[in-house]
Amino acid sequence: MGLLSKKEAGLVLDPLADNNPITIQVLGICSALAITAELKASIVMAVSVMFVLAMGNVVISLMRNIIPSKIRIIVQLVVVATLVIIVDQVLRAFAYELSKTLSVFVGLIITNCIIMGRFEAFALANGPWRSFLDGIGNSLGYGIILVIIGFFRELLGSGTLLGFKVLGDPIAKTGLYSFGYENNGFMIIPPAALIVVGIIIWVQRSRNPSLVEEN
Amino acid sequence: MAINTDKNVYTVVFAAVMVVIVGSVLALTASGLSDKIQENEKFEKQQNILYAMGVNGNVDEGSVNFIPANEVESEFTNYIKKQLVIEGDKVTEDSNAYLIDMKKQMSIASSGGTPKLPLFVGEKDNNKFYIIPMYGKGLWDAIWGFIAVDENMVVQGVYFDHKGETPGLGANIKQRYFMDDFTGESIMAGTRYKGINVAKGNNDPLNDRKDDNAVDALAGATITGNGVSAMISQTVNLYKGYLKTIRVK
Repeated sequence: MGLLSKKEAGLVLDPLADNNPITIQVLGICSALAITAELKASIVMAVSVMFVLAMGNVVISLMRNIIPSKIRIIVQLVVVATLVIIVDQVLRAFAYELSKTLSVFVGLIITNCIIMGRFEAFALANGPWRSFLDGIGNSLGYGIILVIIGFFRELLGSGTLLGFKVLGDPIAKTGLYSFGYENNGFMIIPPAALIVVGIIIWVQRSRNPSLVEEN
Repeated sequence: MAINTDKNVYTVVFAAVMVVIVGSVLALTASGLSDKIQENEKFEKQQNILYAMGVNGNVDEGSVNFIPANEVESEFTNYIKKQLVIEGDKVTEDSNAYLIDMKKQMSIASSGGTPKLPLFVGEKDNNKFYIIPMYGKGLWDAIWGFIAVDENMVVQGVYFDHKGETPGLGANIKQRYFMDDFTGESIMAGTRYKGINVAKGNNDPLNDRKDDNAVDALAGATITGNGVSAMISQTVNLYKGYLKTIRVK
């Protein structure tokens, strides 16, 4: 990866698998449950978090030497909230349709534990470029899991992907439905996301036993 | 020079400076963009009203398509013949009636006052449409929309929207398969202004029965669905004084 040193590449790639924020650190679970009933929402959320986390990491990293440690959590919150509000306003002015899709997620981005977690654990101790890479890596790791969950929940729960009826029409009984297949309504409620996350964690740890914690 | 960031004075000064900077950045962004945002909101309202009366860019059964934002202003004056404001028994015309905030009017109505109720008279292919704005409460936040009826009080089209219903569940009230079901339903039950119920288990998933004042509910979105029912019946109730004057059958 000519552009990045090995260590820098690791910042981006590690969170994708062996240090994944959702499946290994178990952060950001709340939004992974709430918005993954359809694939599109998962993708939109992943992109939004990527923007806020990468930008926020850079801002916090630039300020890391002047932030008073007593109020650093509040400072971090203010940075996230400001970024999110600015993004929301700009979208509402120039990409109104997109901003309507995003509206639900704005509040969820501010409360996403991954963002605070990365500010606290990484940006406060590292330079802007590395913080930026860390932000990109972690939001990608977050996004991958979201997309996987969204894919299965939308496919099995609604029989669609990104709104397209890939399995046929459930009411007119075409495609797969003509053989008596039914959508699983359980998949569109939040507990199903927890089960899908559980399965992902299981698969990941059985492939790489070193990830299993010893008690 | 290293700064001692642990001192109380420094902490307070830092917080104060940060608040001023963040505050001005946000204020600047908000005031700089507010014109553009308001314009977008205005166009959106016009698009929604036209959508309810069937003026839209829908091509197939899958997706909701409005007429483009850059054409909506001229199309709006084309199709909407009259904009009325109903205040008690008084009916006046007002070309800015579509900007009336329904949320405010609904709260005036529920506290016993006389609200200013906008109603739009549209005309397409020699058919008249009476388009009524609605405002109500879903599971998490506000829901709103428009319902277009003809002189027989048969629904010709609806549009719903929401602020923060659950994606994949309640948020689907703005999907075609939900909204299209309302078309053809009557808001009358006999001579009573009843509205339309979002009913679970009405054994009519294809919505073939158009005389039952009910459409099939969305799975997993009971409270949003109930909110839609309540919103429609509330609105019909508020407007029935005027609707009586135009009803033919």
